[in-house]
Amino acid sequence: MAGVLEHPGYDGEKLRRASKQLPCREVQAGMLLSLMGEPQQFCYPSLFIYGHRASGKSHVVNVLMKELELPHVTVSCVECVSVALLFEQVLVSFFGCDAASLLPRSPSLSDFVRIYKQQTSKFPSQQTRYIVMEQAELLRDANVNLLPALLRLQELVEDNVSVILLSEIVWDKFRPNSGCFEPLLLHFPDYSKAELLHILSAHRHPSHSAEFYSSYINILLGVFYTVCRDLRELQHLAALNFSKFCEPVAAGKVKETETHKLWKNIEPHLKKAMQTVYLREVSSLQWEQMDEHETGALRGLSAHTHVELPYYSKFLLIAAYLASYNPARTDKRFFVKTSNHLLGPKPFPLDRLLAIFYSVVDSRVAPTASIFSQISSLVTLQLLTLVSHDDQLDSPKYKCAVSLDFISAISRTVNFDIVKYLYDF
Amino acid sequence: GCFVFKPSAKKRKKTTTVDLEGHFTDGCEGAENSKTRFKLCLDLWNKIKTETEDLQDELNRNILDSLLEFTRKCSSTRRHGNWASQMRASEIPTAALVLGVNVPDHDMTFQSLSELLSCSVTPHVASLQAKECGALKHLMKRVLEQLMDTVVDEEEEEEVQHSGAPLHKSIHCSLKALCDWYCSKTKARPRSVLIMHVLVVMVLLITDVCWQKSSCSSSGKKCSSSAVDEQQQPPVVIIFKDLEAFNPKVLQDFILICSRYLDRLPLMFIFGVATSPSTVQRLLPHSVSSLLCIELFQSLSCTQHLTTVIDKLILTPSFPFKLNGKVMQVLVSIFLYHDFSVRNFIKGLQLALLEHFHSQPLSSLCCRKKEAQIQLQQLGAADLERIRQLPSFHRFLKEQEQQDQDNLRTDDAYLKIRELHLICLEKNVWESEDYQSAMKLLKMLAKEELISLLQKCAEVLQPLKSKKMKNALVQLEELLDKLKQLNAAAESAPSGEENLTSPVKNLQKKTDLFQLQKTLLEMNQSRRSKKMSPFEVLRNEAVEFVDSLVKNHLSPPESKPLYEVCYYSSSATVRRHLNATPRTSIQAALSSPHCYIQNDSLASEDGSVSNAAPDICIAHKLHLESGRLINLYDWLEAYSTVVSAAEGDGSDPDGFGKVDEVKHARFIRAVSEMEFLGFIKATKKKTDHVARLTWGGC
Repeated sequence: MAGVLEHPGYDGEKLRRASKQLPCREVQAGMLLSLMGEPQQFCYPSLFIYGHRASGKSHVVNVLMKELELPHVTVSCVECVSVALLFEQVLVSFFGCDAASLLPRSPSLSDFVRIYKQQTSKFPSQQTRYIVMEQAELLRDANVNLLPALLRLQELVEDNVSVILLSEIVWDKFRPNSGCFEPLLLHFPDYSKAELLHILSAHRHPSHSAEFYSSYINILLGVFYTVCRDLRELQHLAALNFSKFCEPVAAGKVKETETHKLWKNIEPHLKKAMQTVYLREVSSLQWEQMDEHETGALRGLSAHTHVELPYYSKFLLIAAYLASYNPARTDKRFFVKTSNHLLGPKPFPLDRLLAIFYSVVDSRVAPTASIFSQISSLVTLQLLTLVSHDDQLDSPKYKCAVSLDFISAISRTVNFDIVKYLYDF
Repeated sequence: GCFVFKPSAKKRKKTTTVDLEGHFTDGCEGAENSKTRFKLCLDLWNKIKTETEDLQDELNRNILDSLLEFTRKCSSTRRHGNWASQMRASEIPTAALVLGVNVPDHDMTFQSLSELLSCSVTPHVASLQAKECGALKHLMKRVLEQLMDTVVDEEEEEEVQHSGAPLHKSIHCSLKALCDWYCSKTKARPRSVLIMHVLVVMVLLITDVCWQKSSCSSSGKKCSSSAVDEQQQPPVVIIFKDLEAFNPKVLQDFILICSRYLDRLPLMFIFGVATSPSTVQRLLPHSVSSLLCIELFQSLSCTQHLTTVIDKLILTPSFPFKLNGKVMQVLVSIFLYHDFSVRNFIKGLQLALLEHFHSQPLSSLCCRKKEAQIQLQQLGAADLERIRQLPSFHRFLKEQEQQDQDNLRTDDAYLKIRELHLICLEKNVWESEDYQSAMKLLKMLAKEELISLLQKCAEVLQPLKSKKMKNALVQLEELLDKLKQLNAAAESAPSGEENLTSPVKNLQKKTDLFQLQKTLLEMNQSRRSKKMSPFEVLRNEAVEFVDSLVKNHLSPPESKPLYEVCYYSSSATVRRHLNATPRTSIQAALSSPHCYIQNDSLASEDGSVSNAAPDICIAHKLHLESGRLINLYDWLEAYSTVVSAAEGDGSDPDGFGKVDEVKHARFIRAVSEMEFLGFIKATKKKTDHVARLTWGGC
């Protein structure tokens, strides 16, 4: 383990407390600290921190900010449905509600900069202010000017302010075409297996020994490490399955030290967890209760794929599937029975759909309003998708959005051999 | 149609009740009669409505109960401070409610669900529909508006009146605002109120036993105002009514945001799923679905629902109004083939009811027996004459008996009740194959099954009053007693079985295939020739009895006198009203205009369109004769020729067929009408051509 964080600009006690909360991230935290510099010094205008999910980005930044008592605001970009929210949050936490109320109804970037400047001249900062932006990848979808402006906000507002962007995506995917100020990049690598073990073991169950718990974590990682390195998720799984792990010990059958026996007991359970609760096929509540009324009966979400549809809707869906996967020129080969029904204008897929429908459905069907409304309800159910514009009345185009398995199941219920009609088979 | 969203009919109903009576005067001189018919009709409809609502509540109760249980459980486990719950990732409790593909039918379920929730779990319920939530901002706005009961500021829309008005700063749509609001709401509640709430809870727990029906809807206001909840922090429930239709991105973002506030805001989701639960995973990636704790709730299938509705409304003596076989078939097939909508089925029933009372003057007799007798005495001479004119009027018979039949129909438990009812309505039951197979099945039944079946029959017959039925019941019970005695006797004397077992023993010795066959045959014969066991004798007796019962009482209603009074039979009307055919009717209007404008002079013998028909009919006929692309000039020429022939201005042979301005204008109008109706459209391939959009014409 690397040593305690050190930096001349900050109180040693605070740093010690912070580094205690940042196991296995000492290097990154130290690097960040040295980039930030001493509180009253100007920091680099923008920092860009990237790394996979649950690699400790927000955690490190937030712990440092909190423990070192730095003026900062943390903004989630998902939450900022409009820039106004972003501006408001920044102004409120730096200058109070009065400043935020100065913003006009739909503020522009220059409104924000103007008010910020005005406020900062009233309340000049003694320390660097930090704006931490989580899920910064969403900034790419925002106004094109927003990201470049944020990157050089220090210069625009003439204040000791620094923007820290947190993202799961590398900087290369951010860079606008027109170029912009380049932030300093800081990478958070994934936790290694040993690091995960170390961190997870730290949160042991209070009534069990540390060795016992870390042997449990070891087994857990043995099963899950190949599929999941997300710390948060692993911790969740550890909590869910620990009671099962303890069962033989609690019953007095096995001693805490007999790791192999414990492993034999828990391993199938964990394997099952990987297929169910990890994929959220089964909710964690159900998973915990399942132990009581024993195995298997619980079916996952994706096991329920059966959809009951009205009779004609089934055929409409079948026709849509055929129209989606067969080339139009082969329609004649498959569906022309007696009359030349399909010789109509080809580029109108609704007609094509109906033509196939009328030839696959076994009885004579009148083209009633309900048939047409069934098509639109299939669209609502996302079984068909409308490809052309909504407002196109005369010849809407559709796509069939179901899988072969699904359509085969549907066809079986109406005794229709779909494979016979598919060009590919 | 199927999943078409219709505006609620409630409003219209109230305003026009008075005028409606006037429409019932059809074929009836006395206003008295029409009034009674109207009253009867309304009464019956109201009864049907309350019955179906009760039924709906009852059917939903199980699922709603478990949902409520789930919400309670979630909100109570949330605050356990033990190790496991601290370590666990905080997940938003989510109920995936699978309701079947007919989305408009779900409205009622969701309404009662949110009523119940606000009654017994939490006052904070918001329900969202996908069409209101195109973007995250709108979704937020809806949630905040519903929960906080205020108007939320939204920037872009008000930009018009932006200019001079003083900028009033209202809350932004963010969950932070909601969070603050929630905190102030829960903290502001003084302690004394809490104690009072606990008291209310206790009272409610006592009354809880019978909460399901009117108690909830009538006292709904009171409930929600007192915000009954034992916890200090009632959950905030957000219902997504039609999950499939939501934009996945919006949904994902919203869930991400919500998960950030979960520690301060006890959120809970309910997803209304129309197709299958796997859609949840299709919509949400693992990173988002891992924020949810999804539990599945499956509702009753719609076919089962329909069966109960039919049981309750049609296969029951309490409603005098009946449908005949064809109408029933139309309604059921609309349900099965088109929409799976129970609500539409009931709408169809309502239509039939209205039509019946509207068009059948004798329908005033269609009510309970006692009332009918009173009505009968008031019949005038004209009415009696009308009765005499009824095709079925040969004898007068109490209508009570017809209703008994309906009960009898439920006897045969093997056939699906619905189908049997249909068959019963169409022809003599005993002629149908199904019945015969059922009888065969009956003959082969084991003892226990037979007994239980007969007991069921007896139960069905129990509440009936007429003498015939009582007789039948007595006989049935005798049979049952005999069977039970036989049970006891069979144990003491297992002699008959010995005969059977001996050839089986022989069988084991023989390995030759031919021999085996022979013995099997022998065995069969010996069994047949063997004296019937007492059980078999009794069984046959029972079967014959049931058979005779059915033959006696289950004759088709058409054969009964006066069936017109109770049975509505115009299936064509129902079909026309419920299953509209826009394309066919437009085509019919264009190809045979004489029917539509009721002008026989336009009719021609060979069914073609006459020259004098309206312009659009002529244009339509000519367009049928052309190919995929229609040359407008050729079309105009042809049109002008036809029209000139009709006008018969043979005096000027040079001018015949010449295009004058009027004809030109008429043609243009006809063409644009056809374009409006969707028969043709402009094409970019050739500027002076239009493309034909119809097919199969020639």
